[in-house]
Amino acid sequence: MSISNIINKKNILSLVPKLVLVILLLVIINTQMTESVVLGTLEKGLVFSFLALGIFISFRILDIPDLSVDGTFTLGVAVSVMNAYNGSPVRGIILAVIAGAAAGCVTGLLVTKLKVQPILAGIITMTALYSINLKIMSRPNISLWRKDTLFTYFEDSLGEYNKVIVSGIVLIAVSLILFLFLKTQLGMSLRATGDNEFMVRASSINSDTMKILGFALANGLVSLSGAMYAQYSSAGDTNSGTGMLVVGLASIIIGEIFFKKHSILFGILAAIIGATAYRYVLAFAMGLGMDSNYTKLFSAVIVAIAIAVPAVKGYAVDFYKRYILKGKGGDSKC
Amino acid sequence: MLRLENLSVTFNANTVNERKALKNINLKLDSGDFVTVIGSNGSGKSTLMNAVCGSCNIDSGKIFVGGKNITYAKEHRRARYIGRLFQDPLKGTAPNMTIEENLGLAYSRGKKRSLSIGISNRDLKLFREKLAELDIGLEDRMKTPVGLLSGGQRQALTLLMATIVTPKLLLLDEHTAALDPVTADKVMSITEKIVKDNNITTLMITHNVSNALEYGNKTLVLSQGNILAYIEGEERANMSLSKIMELYADSSGDTLTDKMLFQ
Ligand SMILES: Nc1ncnc2c1ncn2[C@@H]1O[C@H](COP(=O)(O)OP(=O)(O)OP(=O)(O)O)[C@@H](O)[C@H]1O
Ligand SMILES: [Mg+2]
Repeated sequence: MSISNIINKKNILSLVPKLVLVILLLVIINTQMTESVVLGTLEKGLVFSFLALGIFISFRILDIPDLSVDGTFTLGVAVSVMNAYNGSPVRGIILAVIAGAAAGCVTGLLVTKLKVQPILAGIITMTALYSINLKIMSRPNISLWRKDTLFTYFEDSLGEYNKVIVSGIVLIAVSLILFLFLKTQLGMSLRATGDNEFMVRASSINSDTMKILGFALANGLVSLSGAMYAQYSSAGDTNSGTGMLVVGLASIIIGEIFFKKHSILFGILAAIIGATAYRYVLAFAMGLGMDSNYTKLFSAVIVAIAIAVPAVKGYAVDFYKRYILKGKGGDSKC
Repeated sequence: MLRLENLSVTFNANTVNERKALKNINLKLDSGDFVTVIGSNGSGKSTLMNAVCGSCNIDSGKIFVGGKNITYAKEHRRARYIGRLFQDPLKGTAPNMTIEENLGLAYSRGKKRSLSIGISNRDLKLFREKLAELDIGLEDRMKTPVGLLSGGQRQALTLLMATIVTPKLLLLDEHTAALDPVTADKVMSITEKIVKDNNITTLMITHNVSNALEYGNKTLVLSQGNILAYIEGEERANMSLSKIMELYADSSGDTLTDKMLFQ
């Protein structure tokens, strides 16, 4: 058994989950769901793609775990739903992005200037936002029944596809801007900050400023997701953000099965495709009769499994070498 | 170009672990000086550089670069005119970004990072030329993530990044220590060429005593946070390895490490 043999086998092994997922998705879409479920799932996938993009910025580009997400998602919901309730849905979405970015700045300032651990800083912001979100909405939930939303504007012209088309256009625009931004000098500085902070400071870039910018961008996107979701579902709830961090993480992890994260373009595509695929997998599980109370458990399990895969693979390879090859393999791992 | 006045650095002051890493250092580098720095482990060489580039706090004293007092300037501000290489090749580059992106970041050193395009075609042409001058084949791999390069290639790239916008001062902290002897020689000769071509004032730490005498025009010997000797001119030309070792023996409680003797 030569080294190259094992490496080849590993390569093939790494393709298996991709293939399984693709086949699974095709099967689901074709057989399990009615057309309206397929459409509704796609809509949700697009709306939650903004969330995945936000988490891509903090967890992947900045490489810092940002736990304020659950709070900033609800912040987006709250700002959006209140403005739509008062007749200005578009303003609601714009203000939600600004509010989310501001909340991100708070986390960023805590982390950089006040030297709070990133995880704790996120929890602090999230907790503070509970009160702020309640204050904004003034009651636990608000319905937008018979109110105008970004989507109802296009109901007449676009018919039943209004939600897909509107959120799709916003998503394409946002992704394009994000992609171009990450290729500018400022965007490159942001990426480098997550990659090697020493190098960034030695290149006369203020890494603190870059981190704050990254947190603002990430939470602006998360808040945008909340804002779109509120108007999409014509309702706002102060609990809607619970578990969104894990949902977003599950999305990008699924997306990374299809695309490796090294290039920016693939990273963005992975977030979008992952968020959509996640919704399909969820819809599939619900189609099989999963209780909707279990959705959070479901996303938690996905994240745990996905993160455990490399470790389990390692054990499998060790096991293979020890008991199947009986020490005859030449492939050492270090 | 660089002037240090009564510079002192203490770690863990007022604790049992108190350690005076630099004691009242006075030092002057003229424009174009290439000073090599030697001294045993823990003598304060890295601390000296960290103090100059702002990554460690100082107790007292003043630091001037190009006549300007920068004692209280922030690290990233100083980086506008101070180029820097670390011993660890991993520290100087962003591994998930490509060679050209790394160079692009370094090339905008000192300017405000704006929303303009990260790397223009004109920049790319310049990067290619500069990489070709290194003569290690990197000019054909500009889209390669830096993480895939070897330590020596990375260190050569970092050197280019630190000098692509000519700095007032270049700090090299054992930048060849992690490389194999052949690669180390190569990186050293690239270093010398770049420093000479651009007439950059340079401070280079090395554990290789013969390198210390071979390169540059002055040599600084540190011992336990003090300047033991600052050798230049004729004295330096007549300096031999054994004389440097005598210097060490004279300083109390500090001997040459085996590592230095056998290099
Ligand atoms: N961050 C730190 N905290 C506490 N003590 C430190 C710190 N950095 C350096 N020191 C101490 O300061 C002294 C000088 O350290 P420095 O790193 O400058 O030595 P050096 O001359 O660069 O040694 P080497 O040749 O091993 O790189 C040492 O005694 C070291 O223990
Ligand atoms: Mg050192």
